[in-house]
Amino acid sequence: MDYFLELFLGGLTRGSIYALIALGYTMVYGIIELINFAHGEIYMIGAFTALIVISVLTLMGMNAIAMLVIAGVVAVLYSCAYGYTVEKIAYKPLRNAPRLSALISAIGMSLFLQNYVLLAQTSDFLPFPNLIPEFEFMERYAHIIGSTEIVILITTTIVMILLTILIKFTRIGKAMRATSQDKTMATLVGINVNRVISVTFIVGSATAAIGGVLIASHVGMINFYVGFIAGIKAFVAAVLGGIGSIPGAVLGSFVLGWTESFATGYVSSDYEDVFAFLFLVLILIFRPAGILGRSEKNKI
Amino acid sequence: MIKIDEIKRAVLVSIWFMFLTFPIMVIRVNPVEHIVEWRWKNMVLVGIGSFLLSFVWNYLMKRKELGFKKVEAGEEENVVPLTRRILGEKRIYIPALVIFGIFTISFPFIFSMYQTTIMVTALIYVMLGLGLNIVVGLAGLLDLGYVAFYAVGAYAYALLNYHFGLSFWVALPIGGALGAIFGILLGFPVLRLRGDYLAIVTLGFGEIIRIILENWNEFSFGPSGIANIPRPPLFGIDLSVHGSTTYIYYIMIALCVFTIFVVNRLQDSRVGRAWIALREDEIACQAMGIDKARTKLTAFSLGATWAGMAGVVFAAKTTFVNPASFTIWESIIILCIVVLGGMGSIIGVIAGALVLILTPEYLRAFSEYRMLAFGTLLVVMMVFRPGGIIPNVRRTYKFKGVKNADKS
Amino acid sequence: MESVLKVQNLGMNFGGLRALDDLDLDVCRNEIVALIGPNGAGKTTFFNCITGIYPPTDGDVFIFARGMDKPDRINGVKPNKVTEKGLARTFQNIRLFPNMTVLENVMIGRHCRMHAGVLGAILRGRSTIREEKKAVEDSYAILEKIGLAQFVDEFAKNLPYGAQRRLEIARAMATEPFLLLLDEPAAGMNPYETRELDELIKQIRDEEGISILLIEHDMKLVMSLSDRIFVVDYGKKIAQGTPEEIRNNPVVIKAYLGEEIDA
Ligand SMILES: Nc1ncnc2c1ncn2[C@@H]1O[C@H](COP(=O)(O)OP(=O)(O)O)[C@@H](O)[C@H]1O
Ligand SMILES: [Mg+2]
Repeated sequence: MDYFLELFLGGLTRGSIYALIALGYTMVYGIIELINFAHGEIYMIGAFTALIVISVLTLMGMNAIAMLVIAGVVAVLYSCAYGYTVEKIAYKPLRNAPRLSALISAIGMSLFLQNYVLLAQTSDFLPFPNLIPEFEFMERYAHIIGSTEIVILITTTIVMILLTILIKFTRIGKAMRATSQDKTMATLVGINVNRVISVTFIVGSATAAIGGVLIASHVGMINFYVGFIAGIKAFVAAVLGGIGSIPGAVLGSFVLGWTESFATGYVSSDYEDVFAFLFLVLILIFRPAGILGRSEKNKI
Repeated sequence: MIKIDEIKRAVLVSIWFMFLTFPIMVIRVNPVEHIVEWRWKNMVLVGIGSFLLSFVWNYLMKRKELGFKKVEAGEEENVVPLTRRILGEKRIYIPALVIFGIFTISFPFIFSMYQTTIMVTALIYVMLGLGLNIVVGLAGLLDLGYVAFYAVGAYAYALLNYHFGLSFWVALPIGGALGAIFGILLGFPVLRLRGDYLAIVTLGFGEIIRIILENWNEFSFGPSGIANIPRPPLFGIDLSVHGSTTYIYYIMIALCVFTIFVVNRLQDSRVGRAWIALREDEIACQAMGIDKARTKLTAFSLGATWAGMAGVVFAAKTTFVNPASFTIWESIIILCIVVLGGMGSIIGVIAGALVLILTPEYLRAFSEYRMLAFGTLLVVMMVFRPGGIIPNVRRTYKFKGVKNADKS
Repeated sequence: MESVLKVQNLGMNFGGLRALDDLDLDVCRNEIVALIGPNGAGKTTFFNCITGIYPPTDGDVFIFARGMDKPDRINGVKPNKVTEKGLARTFQNIRLFPNMTVLENVMIGRHCRMHAGVLGAILRGRSTIREEKKAVEDSYAILEKIGLAQFVDEFAKNLPYGAQRRLEIARAMATEPFLLLLDEPAAGMNPYETRELDELIKQIRDEEGISILLIEHDMKLVMSLSDRIFVVDYGKKIAQGTPEEIRNNPVVIKAYLGEEIDA
C-alpha cells in the first residue's frame, strides 16, 4: 500500500511539473493555434538562468532560501523576456501564413535556443543545488514523499489558483478568453490582439520557468536538452487533456504523471514512454478532442 | 536613407538583446568548482550585432510587405517568380535538364568519394522528403513520426539479412511493403484525429518504435544495433568500398527518379486530387463523394512506402543500424525539408532536401555553429518566405476555343 | 407525384438543444422546393442530417433514386456514400478547395463517378487516360453551362464572391445528383447575380431533370422559383404549401415578424 501511495504521489509530483509547462502550450494554442515547439526551451532557459544566479550568489555567501527566491524571480523574469521576444521574432510575422510555416519557425527557434545555450554555456550536465530545505515534520513520511515534492505540489497549486484568478476575473483574462474564441471579433470590440498574445506568451513562460526551477532542484541537474524532452511530455499532456483547455492541461498532466509513475513502478522504466504514448492514443481514440477538449464547434 | 527613428529603434533593440543575453552569454558558471567567469566581450558583440541586424531585419520586412501590396494591387503578373518563369520556358528548362542530368550522372567521377557519400545521404533525404510530401504536402496530414517507417525499412533489411541472408534487392521491395503496412497500422487509429492531435500521436508512434528497438534486445539487439550489413551486390562482383559507394549513388539516383515519376503521376490523378481536396477542406471533400478514411490511409501507406525503401538503402549504405539514427529529430528534419522546400511541390522538396542536408555538411568547418545556423535558417526562411523555396503550382489545362490567359 | 426524398419525424439534438423536432418533408421529381425560416431555425442542420454530416437523433430519411421504386433509407450513412447515391449539396459558408483551380474543384465532384486507383494513376494505362480526359471535358462542359468557363485555371480563392457560389453549384452538379440541396445560394449576391441564379436553377431543373431543395432568405427568389415551400421555426415545421399559400399564412408572417416578406 505504501508503495502504491509512493507511486501515486510521485505521479502527482511529476504531473504538477508537466502541468506548469503544459499550461504554456495550451494557452498559446488556445489563442493562436500554434504548437509552440520552443516552449520547452523557455523552461530550460529558466532553469539555466536560475542556476547562474545561484552560482553567483553562492560566491557572495547568501543563505539558501533567499537564494532560491531571488533565483526564482530572476528566472521568471528572464523566461518571460525570452518568451516575449521569441513570439515577436518567430511567430508574429507569420500570423497570416500557413500554419505549418509557423510550426517550422517554432522548430527552428527551438533548435536555435538549444544550441545557443549549448554554445554559450556547456553541453555537459551541470549539478543543480537543492535549496529546498528538509522539513522536520516530514521525516515520518519520508518513505512516501519528500519535502521537495511537497514544495512542488504547494507551489503548483498556488500557481494554478493565481492563473485561474487571472483568467476568470481580470480584464486581460477576459480579453484572452475572447481572443481565443474569435480573433476577428475580439479585434472588432477593441481588444488589442497583439498585446493579448504577448501577455499569453509571458504568462506561459512564467509558469514554465517556475516549473524549470522546481524540477531542476528536484532532479539535481540540467543541460541544454532538458527542455525539449520535458516540452514534448508536457505537450502530450496538453493534448491528452484537450489542447486549448486550461483545466484539461492540468488534468492531462496528472493523468500522464500517474501513467508514467505506475508504469515505471510496476512494469519497467524502459517502457515508461511507450505506456504514456499508448495511453494517449487510447484516450484519443475514444475522445478525439482529448479528455476535456471541446469537440469541433466549427459550424457547417 | 536611414532615418533617426530607425537608429533609435536599433539602439533599443540592441539594449534589449544585451539585457536578454546577459546571464547566458556573459556569465559562465562551473558549479562544481564554484568558479564564475565573466565574459563582458560577448555583451559588446551582442550589442553591435543586434544593432546591425535590426536594420537588415527591417529592410527585409519592408520588402516583404511591398511584395504583399503588389499582389493585392494585381501587379503580380510582372513579378511572376523567377523559378516559375524558368520552369515554364521550354527553351530554358530542357537544356537545363540535360546539363543537370549529365552533371548528376558524372558526379561520382568528378568529385571525391567523400562528396559522393554526402550526396547519397542527400538523395536519401530527397526520397524521404518526397514520401512525406505525399502525407503532409498533398494530403495535409501532419506526421511527426515519419522516421518510424524509415526505421522499419532499415531494420527489415538488417534483420532479414542477419537471419535469412536476404539480399538488398529482395529486401528493397519488402522494406517498402512493410513501410506501407505500418503506415496503415498507424493510419487506422488516427483516422478521426485532426491537425495537431494527429501530429502528437504520430510523434508518439515514432518514439514507440524507437524505444522498442532500443529495449527489446532479443529482437533488435538493443542500442548497440546490427553491424556488418552487406552493401548491395552487383551481379555477384565484390565491389571495393569506393565502387560500392558509386553503385549506391546510382541506385539512389534511379530510386529518386522513380519516386519523382510516381509522385508526379499521382498528384495529377484522381487519387492525388482527392488528397489535395482533403487537405483543403475535409468536410467539403466528403460531401463531394470522397471516402475520407480510404484517402487518408492511401496517403499514409504510400508515404510510408518510400520511407521503408529509403531505410533499406540507408542500412545498405552505412552497413550498420541502431536506434540512435531514428530519433524524433530525424522526423523533424524531413518535415522541414517538405515545408521549407514548398509543400506539395516536387522541385521544392528536392531543393529543400539538398539545402537542408548539404548546408550542414559543408558547414562542418563551423561544426559548432551549424545547428545554430540551421535553426536560424528555418526561422528566417519561414518569416520571409512562408510558402517555401519553390511553392507549388497547380496543373492547368488548355481548351479549344477558350482564350486562356497565359499564366506561365 | 413521384417522390425523390421523403423525410419523416426527423429530430436532431445537440446536447440539450433540440435543433430539429419531428420534421416531415418531401421533394418530388422535377420539383423545386424551398425551405425557409428565421436564422437559427435549423435549416442547415436539416441539410447536415440528410447528407450524413450529422446522424439524425430520430426519424427516417428515404431517397428514391432514378429507376428505383424501393425507398432507400440513408440515416447515418456516411456523407460520401450519400453523394454517391445521388444527393449533392452546397454550403452556406462557401467551402471550396481554395488552392485548387476552378477546373480541379469541379473534377473533385467527378471523383465518385471515376474509378482509377493508385496503380492506375502510376501506370496511366489507356483506360485511365481516357477516364481522365473525359473528366476534364465533362468538368469543362459543366463550367461552360454554369458560366464559369473564363475562370478555368484560376485558383478558387481568387474568384469573385458570386462566382464562388456558382462554382459550388458546378461542383455539386459534377457528382451527377438527382437531388441538389442548395444552402442560401443567393447570400451575398447583388440583384443582377441573383437574377442570373434564378435562371440557372430553373435551367438545372428543366434541362438536367434534377430536383432542387433550397434554403434561401431572398423571398423574391423563393417565390419565383419554388413549387412548394416549407417553413420551419425553432426546429419545427410551422407551415407548408404553395408560394401563394405561404405568402398569406399568418403563422409565417408572425415567425418572420420584423423580417420583411415582400415579393
Ligand atoms: N454542430 C452544432 N453543435 C451545436 N449546436 C449546433 C450545431 N450546429 C447547429 N447548431 C445549433 O442548431 C440551431 C440551428 O442552426 P442552423 O441549422 O445553422 O440554423 P439555420 O441554418 O436555420 O440558420 C442553432 O441554434 C445552432 O446554434
Ligand atoms: Mg443556415
